[in-house]
Amino acid sequence: MTGTKKPSLREIFTLFFKVGMFTIGGGYVMVPVMQKEIAEKRNWMSKEEFTDMLGITQAAPGPIAINTATYVGYTLRRKSGAAAAVLGCTLPSLLVITVIAALFPSFMKYSFFQSAFKAARPAVVALIAAAVIKLSKSCVSKPLYLAIAVIAFLANCFLKVSPFPIIVACALLALVLPEEAL
Amino acid sequence: MELLIDIFMSFAKVGLFTFGGGYAALRLIQSEIIISKAWLTMEEFLDVVAIAEVTPGPIALNASTFIGYKLSGIPGAIVGTVGVIFFPVLIMLVLTYFVNKLKDNKKMKAIKTMLRAVVIGLIASAAYTMGAAALGSTLSLVIFAAALAAVILLKADPILLLLVTAVVGAIIRI
Repeated sequence: MTGTKKPSLREIFTLFFKVGMFTIGGGYVMVPVMQKEIAEKRNWMSKEEFTDMLGITQAAPGPIAINTATYVGYTLRRKSGAAAAVLGCTLPSLLVITVIAALFPSFMKYSFFQSAFKAARPAVVALIAAAVIKLSKSCVSKPLYLAIAVIAFLANCFLKVSPFPIIVACALLALVLPEEAL
Repeated sequence: MELLIDIFMSFAKVGLFTFGGGYAALRLIQSEIIISKAWLTMEEFLDVVAIAEVTPGPIALNASTFIGYKLSGIPGAIVGTVGVIFFPVLIMLVLTYFVNKLKDNKKMKAIKTMLRAVVIGLIASAAYTMGAAALGSTLSLVIFAAALAAVILLKADPILLLLVTAVVGAIIRI
C-alpha cells in the first residue's frame, strides 16, 4: 500500500455493508461506488491499486462484489480484514432476502419496488459509464492499451467471450511482449 | 441436515463455475437447481430472478439466499449464501496473497498495466449491455443523462444518486 491509511475492521465492515446495500442490478455498480468510497473519499488505496484490483477480481470465479470485498479486505488487514469485508458485503442480501422470502411471498406484486428499480437502472448505467471515463483517463496511456481495451470490449460485448479467457490471454501477452512495447 | 449439505454443495458448484458476474451465475443456477435438482419450477425461478434483480446485493447472492430459504428456511438461506461465496473467497484469498507478494515484480507490473486496459473494455461492455436493456424510454434516457452529468460535472456521490433515483421512481411510480 502506498501512503494510505490502515482502517479498522469495523470501518471495513461498515463500508462493505454499505456497498452491499447499494449493489443494485448487478455487481458492476459497485465499481463506481467503491471507486468513490475507497480511492477518493477514504484513500485506502490509490487509484492505480484500485484499477489493478478490478482486473484480478474479474479473473476469478464468483460474484464481483464478493471477490472485490475479499481482495480489499485482505490487502488492508489480511484474513480478518477479508472476513470483515465479505461479511459486510453479504449481510444486506441475507437480511433483506430472508425478510422478503419470509414476509412478502408476493413481493413482486408491490409495484413500488419495481418502480424504484426501474428508475435506478438508468442511473446505474450512467455510474458505470462514468467509471469507464474516469478509469480510461488514468489507464489508457498508449495506443497499445487503447487497442487492448477496444478488443476486450468487442470480444465481451459482441462475441460474448467471458472475461476469464480475455484476461488470461492479455496477461500472457504482457509476459511475451518485449518490455519496450509495454 | 442432508438437505442442507446438498444445498451447500449445489451452490458451491455455482460459485466455483461463475465467471463474469451475476447473470452467468443465474444460468448455472438454472441448470443445477431447476433442471438437475428440480428444487424449483421454472416459474418460481423467474420470480426469484426478478426479486434478486430489484433487491440490494449481488444477483447471484440474492438468488442463492432466496432459494436456500425456500428449501429450508433460515438455515437454508445461510447455507445457500455461504455455499455460493465459499470457493470465490478461497480463490481470491490465494490470488490476493500472490498479487501482493509479487507487487514489485517486473512481470507482475507488466501484467497489471495490461489488465487495467482489459478491465476498462470489460466494464465498458457491461455498461453497453445494461444500457441497451435499460435505456428504452425517453424517461430512462433523461434519467441517464441527468445522472451522468451529476457524476461527471458535479462529482455527485454514487450512493446518494442511486438512493435519490430509486426513491423518486417509487414515489412517481414510473
